[in-house]
Amino acid sequence: MSSRENILKAALENQPAFVALPQINLESVINYENLAAQFDLILTRIGGTVEHFEDEASLLARMASHSPEEFVINTITADAEGLANINKMNSVQLEAVDVAYVRGALGVAENGAVWMDENAMVNRLLPFICQHLVVVLKVNEIVPTMHHAYQKIEVNKTGFGSFIAGPSKTADIEQSLVIGAHGPRSLTLLLQF
Amino acid sequence: MKSHAEAAAEFIKDGERTDWHDETLWFVRAKRDLAAHGLPEWEQLRDWASEIKNHTLSNISQYLTAFEKNANANGITVHWAADAEEHNRIIHKLIKDNGIEKIVKSKSMLTEECHLNEYLNHHGIATIDTDLGERIVQLRQEPPSHIVLPAIHLKKQDVSDTFHEFLHTEKGNNDPQYLTEAARIHLRDHFVASELAITGVNFAIAETGGFVVCTNEGNADMGAHTAKIHVACMGFEKLIPKAEHLGVFLRLLTRSATGQPITTYSSHFHRPRPGQQMHIVIVDNGRTRQLGRPDFRNSLKCIRCAACFNTCPVYRRSGGHSYHTAVAGPIGSILNPNLDMKANADLPFASTLCGSCSNVCPVKIDIHEQLWKWRQVIVAEGYVGAGKKLSMQGMGFLFSHPNLYRFAGKMGRFFMRIAPFMVNNRLNPWYKQREMPAPPKESFGEWYIKNRKK
Ligand code: SF4
Repeated sequence: MSSRENILKAALENQPAFVALPQINLESVINYENLAAQFDLILTRIGGTVEHFEDEASLLARMASHSPEEFVINTITADAEGLANINKMNSVQLEAVDVAYVRGALGVAENGAVWMDENAMVNRLLPFICQHLVVVLKVNEIVPTMHHAYQKIEVNKTGFGSFIAGPSKTADIEQSLVIGAHGPRSLTLLLQF
Repeated sequence: MKSHAEAAAEFIKDGERTDWHDETLWFVRAKRDLAAHGLPEWEQLRDWASEIKNHTLSNISQYLTAFEKNANANGITVHWAADAEEHNRIIHKLIKDNGIEKIVKSKSMLTEECHLNEYLNHHGIATIDTDLGERIVQLRQEPPSHIVLPAIHLKKQDVSDTFHEFLHTEKGNNDPQYLTEAARIHLRDHFVASELAITGVNFAIAETGGFVVCTNEGNADMGAHTAKIHVACMGFEKLIPKAEHLGVFLRLLTRSATGQPITTYSSHFHRPRPGQQMHIVIVDNGRTRQLGRPDFRNSLKCIRCAACFNTCPVYRRSGGHSYHTAVAGPIGSILNPNLDMKANADLPFASTLCGSCSNVCPVKIDIHEQLWKWRQVIVAEGYVGAGKKLSMQGMGFLFSHPNLYRFAGKMGRFFMRIAPFMVNNRLNPWYKQREMPAPPKESFGEWYIKNRKK
């Protein structure tokens, strides 16, 4: 017999009597009076920065403000050809990216995480390899907890998606927190009101 | 191999380092408490997590089949490994068949359990561990000493010395920021060149045929999104029924582990990117056997948060290496006797049975009770050392002969009073690091008889 059959057979023989799944009742989980304020508080605490903006014009102005030497990738207003180019870039090319602008789909107030799938990332590697990540999110896309988040997202709609909470970090050297381990050295969340 | 007690004795020779290790881990435990108390529904979450895991284990064969079917439909190749050897062979074959030379690995305790690095090394293949803590211990040719904080036993100085030797950093520069930056540059070179990336799996979802990998550094993602082959390795107990259950587990995992509200990256993999190969190796390695042991199957609910390590008074003072296994700490002491009862017979005794581990466990595993049960199994199977066996037999005899017991108690108290050197000596293992108590004049039994009528 193959290992597959052996494992499945042993699992079936050894598994205990059937136990039902619990009912997960969202009425018993925490909620927040002001979702944006809570999100802001937690994301700042875990090393992110939150900025507010109201109109598209200020977003465009911010994106245009980078110096010409910086290698900025903007997936938010890029055209089809631009997006196709980003998608084709390899690790060595992406390694040089200074700033990447990506749209988040949903924010979670309890932990400051933002959900993004690969359609928004364009290239799966981009939000991880860039030096600085800027995420744009609409304020009405913030939900209280992870339970609420999973009600809204379809994890397998695309081949890859991630909750990203703040910049890359480590505390592996004597528990000292260092921001910027392998991935982005900063995460700026542009919250659109 | 040294037993836990012998290895721990080595570790605590450096008193200052022992205190520091103890305090650092207690600090992490305190952060866990703060995070847990921040959620009024904490106990409810633990109940849900425990029940979801009970349900999953009770239907695991079905869920495994469903997961395989859905993963296949997603374009992921599923492999099955009966034991560590087969797990290593499968990965070795993928490497050979694809002519791979550059391999990066993200943290996976399963590959540690299977000794994958050694196996590949033996076949002339080098892997680069990319989690900072893992890379540090890899350079030092040591195993990780903690499942979440692999280099927790090392001080800045040690890391600085290691990096000076291998990465040519400035000698004596102990600044964690500087050292992390050096590792970042070093590892980025490996990421951009990697051809095959190995990751662990935190959760696998039966309903959708995908899996979740959690890291703070982003190293799993850097590897997996660069390499043309991604191999994810999982013990079958990582399965959960549906994506919505991730809501429960992701809320518990890091709050229990480090006190963070969530890891920086919780990445959900469902399909390879175009042109990429994605593989999953599902490993048994004794897990079905543990599933068949009613007293110990609960240990398969573990989500590897390490809360039980950080709270354990024995782990904090003896260091992870004293457990001589990939998964140390209280949960390791339950899992490892299943893998090799003889070699790990000492581990269930490396506990005070204080119950602190069970109190913090997010999936409500009865850890201290299982440790106590393992002790009985191990004694019954005859795997305890001669000294312990003899004294246990002696105790058994004494406890089943009440008159003799009372007499022995009297003699003991008598000798401890008039000749304390008879117990306060090297031959008595209880005297190590302890003063023996002053003996009472009468036993509780005598006191009770005298006072009962009052
Ligand atoms: S046994 Fe419980 S506390 Fe220990 S690592 Fe596993 S889940 Fe965490």
